[in-house]
Parts: sequence; C-alpha cells; structure tokens
Amino acid sequence: MNNIWALAWKELRSYFLSPIAYVVLAGFLFIMGFMFWNMLAQFSRFVAIYSSMQQPGMLEQLNLNDMVIAPLLGNMTVVFILIMPLVTMRLFAEERASGTDELLLTSPISTLEIAFGKFFGATMFLAVMLGLAFVYPAVLMYFGDPEIPQILTGYLALFLLGTSTIALGLFASTVTDSQIVAGVLAGGMMLMLLLINWPADAVGETMGAVLRYLSITEHSSDLMRGLIKVEDIVYYLSLTSIGIFLSQRSLESLRWR
Amino acid sequence: MIEVDRLTKFYGNHAAIRDVSFTAEPGQILGFLGPNGAGKTTTMRILTGYMPASSGTARVAGFDVFEDSRDVRQRVGYLPENPPLYREMTPFSYLSFVAQIKGVSRGDRGAAVQRALEATATDDVAKQPLGTLSRGYKQRVAIAQAIVHDPEVIVLDEPTIGLDPKQVIGIRKLIKGLASDRTVILSTHILPEVTQLCDKVVIISRGEIVAEDTTDSLTATEDLEHVFLRVTASDVVADGDAAAEEPGAAEATGAETSAGPSEADSSEDSEDEAGGVDSDSPAGDAR
Repeated sequence: MNNIWALAWKELRSYFLSPIAYVVLAGFLFIMGFMFWNMLAQFSRFVAIYSSMQQPGMLEQLNLNDMVIAPLLGNMTVVFILIMPLVTMRLFAEERASGTDELLLTSPISTLEIAFGKFFGATMFLAVMLGLAFVYPAVLMYFGDPEIPQILTGYLALFLLGTSTIALGLFASTVTDSQIVAGVLAGGMMLMLLLINWPADAVGETMGAVLRYLSITEHSSDLMRGLIKVEDIVYYLSLTSIGIFLSQRSLESLRWR
Repeated sequence: MIEVDRLTKFYGNHAAIRDVSFTAEPGQILGFLGPNGAGKTTTMRILTGYMPASSGTARVAGFDVFEDSRDVRQRVGYLPENPPLYREMTPFSYLSFVAQIKGVSRGDRGAAVQRALEATATDDVAKQPLGTLSRGYKQRVAIAQAIVHDPEVIVLDEPTIGLDPKQVIGIRKLIKGLASDRTVILSTHILPEVTQLCDKVVIISRGEIVAEDTTDSLTATEDLEHVFLRVTASDVVADGDAAAEEPGAAEATGAETSAGPSEADSSEDSEDEAGGVDSDSPAGDAR
C-alpha cells in the first residue's frame, strides 16, 4: 500500500511538473466551457421564444437538467475519449523510454503495485480535472435551480468513464516505449468502445445485445439522466479491472524478454 | 555476498550468457570486465532481479534471485548503464521517492537521503531539476540512488562514465568506502580502475567466463591489459565469423549494450552545450 501511494503521488507530481497537466486542463475546461456557453445560450433563446408565445404550460417544460447538463455531460464523453489518452500515454511508455523502468522493476515492489500506483496517480489527476469542471454546474446553481443529484450522477458517470479510460490507457502505455503509439492505441480502444453498438440493429438479437452492452454510451446515458443502475457501475468497474489486470500482465512480461 | 551458478540467458535462440559462474564475498569489490555485448549487462540485470535467467541459479545476499526476488531487490542497489532519472524531479525528491519504494521507513528516510547526497557530493544541487544538471551530476545522483537504502550488495554498471577526472577519483574513493562490509560488483571498460579498486576480477567474453581470479594473482606476471586482450582474443576473431554467419544475432547483442549509452551520450552532450553548464560546478552557479 505504501508503495502504491508513493508511486501515485510521484505520478501526480510529475503531471504538474510538466506542461502536460496545464495543457490538458486548459484544453478540457475551454472545450467544456465552449459547449456550456452554447447550450446555455440556446436554452435562454428557447426561454425567450416560449415566453413570447405567452403559453405558460410550455415554459414549464423547459428545464436546465435536460437541456443543458445532460447534453453537456453526454458530449463530454467524446471529449474525454480524445483527451484522456494524452493523460495516460506517458504513464509507462515514458519510464521505458528513459530507462527508469529498470529502477522500478529492480525495486522491492510488485508489478501489481506499479500498475495500481500508476492508475491511482492518473485517477487523482482525473479528480482534479472533474473538480475544476464543477465550475459550470456551480454557475447554474448560482443563477438557476438545477437538480443537484442528477449533476452528481452525471459527474459520477464521467469519473467512471475516466477510470476505465485510464486503466485501458495504462495498458496501452505498457506495451510500447513510444508515447505516441500508446496514445493512439488508447484513443483507438476507447473510440471502438464508443462505436461498437453501431451495427447492433443489424447483427441479430443476441449479438446486438452484446454489442450494446459493450458500448460506453449505453452505460453513461442513464447515469447522466440521474439513474444509477448496478449494471452500469459494474460495466465500468469491469473495464477498469480488465485494464489494470492487462497492465500488470504486460509489466510482468517485460521481465521475460 | 553473491553466488552465481551456471547462469544462462537466452534471447530467442541466442544465448547472451552461457554457464556463467562466479562468487563474491562481503567486503570484496568484484571487477566485471568484457567487450561490449559480452553479456555484462545481462548478468547484472539477472542479479538485480530485473529479469529471470533461462537456467542456472544465483544467490544474492543469501536469497535466490528468482525464488525470493523481492528480498533480493530489497538488499541490492543497482546503477543501470542508463541513469534511471526522472528529469522533472529534483535530486532530493527523487532520492526520497527511491528510498520510499526501496522500503526505507519514514523515520529514516530523511537521514538516508541526506547521507546519499553527501556521499556523492550532490547536496549542493539537491533542489534543482535533474534535467538541468550536468552529466557528472546526473551520474552521481544515479549512484546516490543505488546506495540510498544502504544495500548489502551494490551492482554498478560503468559508474564513472561521463565524469571528469576529479569526480572519478571521488567516486572511486566512495566505492572503496562502500565495500567495507558490502559486496560490490563493478562493470567498467577502464582497466586501471580495476587494478586500483577491485579485489577480484571476472572477465566475460561472448557470454562465457574466461577468467576469474584475484586482481593480484591475475596481474602477477603481466598487466591487466595484456590479460584482457589474451582471454578475449577469441572474441575479436569469432565476432567476425558470427557476424558473417548470423548477422541478426550479432546485431542483437551489439545493440543491447551499445545502443543505450551512445544515444544517451549524444543527447546529454547537446544538453550540456545548450545549458553551458560546467560539469564541476552546480548548474545554477555556472550561469
């Protein structure tokens, strides 16, 4: 446990000692802010139109959660898939490129501890990202009256998606000493998981259900509408466990080359 | 202490080392010599628990390197041929991190780091990012990393590479001091270093041990250079044959040990030029 913490803390510090943390945070917040502003502007345009119609019933139907928060977080899943590989690509590829893997692998720590340490380091960075991104719902809370539980489950969805991306990205980063290759691999895997349900309607009932189950978006949409389902949580936790397991196997295999 | 018994390591079909056996006692400095690609780094990597051997056994500090790998890794300090440094960390934070993962308890960590910094004369740059330090400082921080947890066995792969003469003398003195109750294995291409420092010499050539003896008896009738050339003579001739027969295999071994340092050399040199850093003074002072 001590070793995991030491590694995780070192990872988090390295993020903020290199430009990557600031570039990723700035890019992430800018894109999210841009989306937020657009959706809010659209929302207020609707409010203006509906109030000019002077039909009070229709105005009631407009609500911040469905028109701003759910679509904002939904779009953020795609942004996450593009941005998280930039966070994970260096995790082990950099160690291999700079020769520091030799230090880690000759220290009295297990490869599982290394995998968990790296995973938690990146997860702490993810928590910082999401913490800062909370500024947008905070704006809504200040000026309007959104439903807070739905906001929280939406962020939970992003967090779970983020940890899955980190675990798979970590695996990608252990199989190569090139950060670029690791990033592309991680992005490719996540993109595939995003698109995998596309042929679901065409491949028959059973296969379609499997493809739908594998898709990331199927599992985030309910959470973003405020619905916590065990199968969704299990899905993300399984992806994360698989990623960490594969990373550990891949790290162990480095010894046998 | 170190007991190596018929260690063999295959990379694919190619044996990097074959039936390597030697021993080293506590208090001994063992000089590990051999041409590039002879299998020095492979042997050291097996002894430090980085990778397992294909066959044979090795015991380090009383533990089997394969069965009790973790116990071995706890008790070994290792300087790989490429200094394993994190560019963005300072020597202080780097050594604290290494001490932590090597299992130095929280209470002893500060003192251990301070001792390692002082022993390698790197305490004056302890708060500067490693990436900005000169080659000599980087190498010495890497040595500090190998001794920070007070290991019983210290394995040093070319420790004095990239140091200026003054620093070389300092590091040799340090290694001599470390050996009082520890076992030190030292690989080097600098033969006078071996005669000065080492109690015992092991020469490896084409993956096999070709000489193992105390420095005194090995150099009794001829100097070490002649011994080295004589016992590795087959290497030069046979190397040509092997290259003609199996270009792939010969390249693979050559690349394994030579690619790393030469790359590091060029990047490090250009850094030094860019930074205009004198290798003997702290980077900050030089500017």
